[in-house]
Amino acid sequence: MCPIEPAWKKVQYARHPLRPTAKKVIEYLAPDFVELKGDRLYANDEAIVGGIGSVDGYVMTIIAEEKGTSIEERIRHHFGMPHPEGYRKAMRLAKQAEKFQRPVLFLIDTPGAYPGVEAEERGQAEAIATSIKTLFSIKTPIVSVILSEGGSGGALAIGIADYLIMMENATYSILSPEGFAAILYKDASLAKDVADTMKLTATDILHFGVIDEIIPEPEGGWHREVTQPMPLIKQAILKALNRLKTVPLERLIETRIKRYRKMGLYFEDEESQ
Amino acid sequence: MDNFLDKHRSRVVYFQEKYRKRGKNNHKAEIPDQLFSKCPFCQELIYTKTLIEQAFVCPECGKYYPMSARDRIDQLTDSDSFREIDRTLTSVNPLDFPGYNEKLVQAQEETGEREAFIGGWAKIDNIPLCVGVMDSHFLMGSMGSAIGEKIARLMELSIKRKSPLLIVSSSGGARMQEGILSLMQMAKTVALLTKHNESGLLFISLLTHPTTGGVSASFAMLGDIILAEKGALIGFAGKRVIQQTIKEDLPDGFQTAEFLMDHGMIDMVIDRKNARAVISQLLKFHEQRKNHVSN
Repeated sequence: MCPIEPAWKKVQYARHPLRPTAKKVIEYLAPDFVELKGDRLYANDEAIVGGIGSVDGYVMTIIAEEKGTSIEERIRHHFGMPHPEGYRKAMRLAKQAEKFQRPVLFLIDTPGAYPGVEAEERGQAEAIATSIKTLFSIKTPIVSVILSEGGSGGALAIGIADYLIMMENATYSILSPEGFAAILYKDASLAKDVADTMKLTATDILHFGVIDEIIPEPEGGWHREVTQPMPLIKQAILKALNRLKTVPLERLIETRIKRYRKMGLYFEDEESQ
Repeated sequence: MDNFLDKHRSRVVYFQEKYRKRGKNNHKAEIPDQLFSKCPFCQELIYTKTLIEQAFVCPECGKYYPMSARDRIDQLTDSDSFREIDRTLTSVNPLDFPGYNEKLVQAQEETGEREAFIGGWAKIDNIPLCVGVMDSHFLMGSMGSAIGEKIARLMELSIKRKSPLLIVSSSGGARMQEGILSLMQMAKTVALLTKHNESGLLFISLLTHPTTGGVSASFAMLGDIILAEKGALIGFAGKRVIQQTIKEDLPDGFQTAEFLMDHGMIDMVIDRKNARAVISQLLKFHEQRKNHVSN
């Protein structure tokens, strides 16, 4: 195991400009990937890329949050922050996967859902809520990989899965450290200091039982050695799917609901039982 | 009627003090006892009994005061019909977050509640239902593990009793201090709601000021019928965050109940005073439905 690094360093790795984005991972996993666009309601949101591809001959629907690499690309992809139409496209494709009995692979990398006037007008809250609900009823195996930033509801909306994998230096949090510091301490510049307290690293998230597996990264971050963890990601996904495909679909949904039913820590007096 | 006032006195005093602290001028001397309350919006002195009878709507300026969960239950359900469940379910500090324990204790002392959500079963015009109410006086009604569990259990009770479910939301969103576990409460409540939905049961979601963040982006926006109180702030992202992103002024009335209705996101904007009648009517429609289709 790698030595434990402070959370802020991981935040920086997760946001590193040279860190591979979802497109790179899809290129490796499914070279035959065909992109399918649009939510059939309003627009095609490029913050979410979706389509069909085969991973070692195993056909699956792949839905990913994409940040883009060049400046122009990043603007086009809204820096990986989906609008409601992005989530609606994702759910259209997930339902399509259910119809054609192929599993869904989600790749998560977002600072959060897009905060904007138009996003609110078109129902950002409803889009996220409905995505979560849809994922609890889709009768096909779902595997999710948190590649880099797992930002709040924007990540959760495509993060309900039967098996959840997280990259070693990825983060998963209720809010960005900047937003967290701004809300609780009225000072966004304290982000560095609150990152540890937030418990947002892969090890923390595993500890809380929210994910199932961590994929190790090269020393000094994934950007140092882009291709190195790729075979590990592929193996982890295929292993999970091979196990999940043996589970009857009804039980798959039951288990998925039970998994999230259990999440949380609280206290209760005995007298109320 | 004196008992009526006594029953509410502690809460009235509480919100008087709360607004006194908030106001620029301290008019403590002008209020000899709790017979009168000063409206935080128009500064008028209001006879407290009138205020309670008017469902905490200022008779002078018409503004809505935030209501405690228990006042809301009193307003919406048949008197003495409410039976609380999971009363002692309480938050813990899963991240060992500095200061969170103290904040919880302070909120508990100020509100007299264990958490920012009260659930149970009750009757509205004699129709039994499960009802849950969030309380924004308690840490902004934020949803952590304890509330997620309480909502999940309320949904399970509703499924078990085959009764309709009403949840009144007022929440700033997820409880930051519980980190990722708070985020997971969005998933947990929706997971149970999916089961509730499959059972063919009615879920009425009443959104009140404010319903934002992780609560609006989970169960609150998934009602079969979504009602919102006049003027309530409802949305996903905070106004400040949006302003920083777009670097321009926000449109008038942005993220109000009326704004959401205009954009097709909710069924109805209601006056607080009509809430009970509207909910009662909707419950009645759903009682009768089985007589009209064969299966």
